[in-house]
Amino acid sequence: MLKPGEFYQRDREWQPPAYSPDYKTSVARSPRNALISLQNSMSEITGPVFGHNDVDPIDNDLLSNYAKPGESPIGERIILHGRVLDENGRPLPNTLVEIWQANAGGRYRHKKDTYLAPIDPNFGGCGRVLTDENGYYHFRTVKPGAYPWRNWVNNWRPAHIHMSIFGTAFAQRLITQCYFEGDPLIARCPIVNTIPDPKAVERLIAPLDLNATIPLDAIAYKFDIVLRGRRSTLFENRLEGN
Amino acid sequence: MPQELNYLKETPSQTAGPYVHIGLAPGAAGFDIYRQELGWDIAGPNAKGERIRVEGIVIDGTGSPVKDVLIEAWQANAQGVYAHPEHPGEVEDGFRGWGRVITDFETGEWGFDTVKPGPVPGRSGSMMAPHINLWIVARGINIGLNTRLYFSNEEQANAADPVINLIEWENRRQTLIARRGARGGQAVYRFDIRLQGENETVFFDI
Repeated sequence: MLKPGEFYQRDREWQPPAYSPDYKTSVARSPRNALISLQNSMSEITGPVFGHNDVDPIDNDLLSNYAKPGESPIGERIILHGRVLDENGRPLPNTLVEIWQANAGGRYRHKKDTYLAPIDPNFGGCGRVLTDENGYYHFRTVKPGAYPWRNWVNNWRPAHIHMSIFGTAFAQRLITQCYFEGDPLIARCPIVNTIPDPKAVERLIAPLDLNATIPLDAIAYKFDIVLRGRRSTLFENRLEGN
Repeated sequence: MPQELNYLKETPSQTAGPYVHIGLAPGAAGFDIYRQELGWDIAGPNAKGERIRVEGIVIDGTGSPVKDVLIEAWQANAQGVYAHPEHPGEVEDGFRGWGRVITDFETGEWGFDTVKPGPVPGRSGSMMAPHINLWIVARGINIGLNTRLYFSNEEQANAADPVINLIEWENRRQTLIARRGARGGQAVYRFDIRLQGENETVFFDI
C-alpha cells in the first residue's frame, strides 16, 4: 500500500554544491563525503501543515508590521509578489512563505549585525504569508540596500530578500534569496556564484513588474518560486495528469 | 528535435545566511514582531508517549561549534503517524510533528522537547526504526542538509532499519544514533552533528 509517488530527484548540478571556496564559510561547513541517496518514504513525502491560525493578515506587510502608528519605514516602497509552483507547473496553495531582509540602508535588525548604517525605527525586516488557492503570494516592503560582508576585503551583497518556502513535503523544503533586476552587484557576488549555471542564477532575479505597481504608491517586482514536482503513485493513481 | 518536456526547474537554493533568525526566529534576533513564532512546540500538550529532550551541537570541519545554525525537525507521533493528510491515521489534537530550533549564540548548543516517535512504515512493506528527520541550514551551507536522528535504545529496530542499512560503511551508521541519557528523571538524547571530517554525520539526498 505504501508506495508513495516520489518527488523528482533534485538536480544537484543545477543546485549550488556544498563546497564553493569563493564563499569562504562554505569551506569548513561542507560535508566531504557524498550524500546518501534515499528513495522517498512517508518521512519525506509528508511535511508540516500551516493554517490561518498561524499567521496574521498584517504579517505580509513590512511597511506597517513594525512601524509606529502613523509612521512608515524609509526607503523605496515595493510590492514583491509571485506564485509558488511545482516542477509540473501546478500551483501550491496554502503553503507558508517567510521572508527576511535588511532595511533600505543595508542594515539588519539583528544583534549580531554591527554595520554602521543605522537601524530604521519603523522597520523590522520579516514577513510571512500563506499562498492563496492559486499559489499566489505578495508582500509590501521597502527595497533592501546592499551591504558589506567579511569574505574578500571588499565584498558587497547585492540587494536581496531571503525567502523560506515549505510546500507540502519535507522533501520540498527550500531557502533561497531573491535579487533585483539590473543590480550590478549580482554578477560579482560569491554567494550568487555558488550556483554554477547562469540560467539558474537568472531564476533568482526578480524583474521589475510595472503592471503590478500601484501608481503614486509602490513599485513592484515579480518572483515566482518552483518547488520539486512529484509523480503520481504508480498503479494506484492514473499516470496521466503528471 | 524531440518534443520539449516542459517541466519547470526547481528554484536554486541559497544559504540562509547569518541573520536567518530575523525571519524564522525574530525573538532571537532581538525583537518582538509576531503574535506567535512558529515551531516552538512540536508535540503539543495532548501527545501520548514518552516525553524526551533532544540536545546537541553542530561542529564544523575545524572542530568548532557552529553558533548560527537553524535546525528543523519533522517526526511522527508515538503511534508512528505523521500530522499530514497523506498519512493514514490520527494524531493528537495539537500534535504538529514539526519544530524549529536555533543554537545558543555563545555555546552553539541546541535542544528541543518532544515525544519519542513510533516506528513508521518504510517502502515495500518494511518498517523504519523510530527516527526524527532533521534539516540543517546556516551561513556557509548553500543547500539545506538532511539527516536522521535514531535512538540508541532501539538497537533491534535500528539493526533492521532499511535506511540505516543503505549506508554501505557500517562505521558511519553510528553517526545517526542519538545517545540516551537522563536528567532530572527525563530522558535526554544527545545528538552531535559533524558537518565535515572525522566522524562526519551521514547526510541524505532525499
